[in-house]
Amino acid sequence: MTAIELAAENGQTIAENLDNSPLALRGVTVSYGNEPVVFSVDMTIQTGTMTAIIGPNGAGKSTLLKAALGIVKPLAGRVTTWGKSLDAQRQRIAYVPQRASIDWDFPTQVRDVVMMGLFRELGLLRRVRAKHHDKVMECLTRVGMQDFADRQIGQLSGGQQQRVFLARALAQEADLYLLDEPFAGVDAATEAAIIAVLKELRDEGKTVVAVHHDLSTVEDYFDRVFLINRRRMGEGSVADAFTQDALHATYGGRLGDGLIARTG
Amino acid sequence: MGYEFVALSLPPMVIGMLAAMACALPGNFLLLRRQSLIGDAISHVVLPGIVVAFLITGAITTLPMMFGAAGAALVAVVLIEAIRRLGKVEPGAAMGVVFTAMFAAGVLLLEQSDTSGVHLDVEHALYGNLESLIWLDAVGWSSLVDPTALAGLPPELFRMGFALLIVGALTWLFWRPLKLSTFDEGFARSLGLPTTLISLGVVVMAALAAVAAFDAVGSIIVIAMFICPPAAARLMTNRLETQIAWSLIFACASAILGYIFAGYGPLWIGASASVSAAGMIATVSGLILTLAALFAPHRHA
Repeated sequence: MTAIELAAENGQTIAENLDNSPLALRGVTVSYGNEPVVFSVDMTIQTGTMTAIIGPNGAGKSTLLKAALGIVKPLAGRVTTWGKSLDAQRQRIAYVPQRASIDWDFPTQVRDVVMMGLFRELGLLRRVRAKHHDKVMECLTRVGMQDFADRQIGQLSGGQQQRVFLARALAQEADLYLLDEPFAGVDAATEAAIIAVLKELRDEGKTVVAVHHDLSTVEDYFDRVFLINRRRMGEGSVADAFTQDALHATYGGRLGDGLIARTG
Repeated sequence: MGYEFVALSLPPMVIGMLAAMACALPGNFLLLRRQSLIGDAISHVVLPGIVVAFLITGAITTLPMMFGAAGAALVAVVLIEAIRRLGKVEPGAAMGVVFTAMFAAGVLLLEQSDTSGVHLDVEHALYGNLESLIWLDAVGWSSLVDPTALAGLPPELFRMGFALLIVGALTWLFWRPLKLSTFDEGFARSLGLPTTLISLGVVVMAALAAVAAFDAVGSIIVIAMFICPPAAARLMTNRLETQIAWSLIFACASAILGYIFAGYGPLWIGASASVSAAGMIATVSGLILTLAALFAPHRHA
């Protein structure tokens, strides 16, 4: 069954062909134990855009990203990447996990972490050559971390650690970048550096999806939003979908008031 | 002196070194995965499995013992789940009860069965029989190049060497996925790496080392070597490759120094009898960890 048939079965009409979407979720339900964390979510990411996944704490944002990557197995539903199954397309997808999910005391250097982004190219035993080292330095330079290549990762600030993770994702040379809270606990300079790199990627025609917390920067940083609170609460361009009504529905209460001058 | 050393001290020392290294190597990954107690658990849980394997086959051979150990591990997992769910006991307590109970069951099994012909009894389960692994065919250093004499080396030496070879080869071959999934499991899974299988592989490597080392050196060394050399090595460096190297050096140093101290230490302080080599090797590894914790370059504030 194709994703489109499946979606049609769920009673939706889909205008665009899913082959064009770098990442499409249809009816994805994830549960930890008996508790559904994400319930029957549809999401269609568009090529060459930057999408913010927003929603309150515990809304299932990270889980949605993990389900999209096959890190957690959905109870139901289907994930397609460029219209095909995920496993055939993994080399086109880069993932930046939440910084807090890592033990930064791990005995490894900055350059080793970025080198991990080349795993697909290196495989089990292929030798690391000069071009691989060059690639690592090039990615570190792109995020402004070239002077820290030989530091132990635990000696870096939170913002520097996040940049190293972004450099690792750049080394993957992917077409789709999925980032889990890339701005959590980072300094302003890092936030600016990261968003600049992400916008560069978008301008190169790559697709960026990020779990995002800071509603005040959504309009500056992103083209599109996906609102979630266990269920899909809205999706579309920032102008259409990032509205006060949608935020009220997603977050409950009056959150978002005054945030969006445009609709107010 | 040459003859005495080669025949009586060299084989136990080498076996001790091989066992220490075979346990320390996977111990590095257990440590970084915060699963060091799995090493402890393995060495307790496998005892009844090993005894049952011995009772069925009537011989101490590694492969049936591995199957016995694997079976015991499976029983342990089922028991832990059962106690946790039926008894509504917290997981840590359930594990503690199961590990100790299975070790105790192994001890009872050993007492009831006739193992007089082999080195399999309660004492050996704890501290092995390192001192008795002597090389009767040796006549001196020249025996090291004499094929007929070499054939008379204790079989434990080959068994332990083979276990170290397998553990070493697996670590070398799967180095990148091992390092990657230990550091960042989510990222490893996003690459499509089978992280559950890798975790299982680390535990199986540890179990292989533990079971192979079991009858030669006993569970005290096994437990100590899973934890002490890697933990001390972590304090020496901030590179995983260097940490592994240090852990192997510390493992060898523990085995050599521990064996010497056990044999001659009591004489030096005026006592007459020697002490258990296994106990002394484990003690030395603990001392090395203490020294590393006090003076190593990469301690944390």
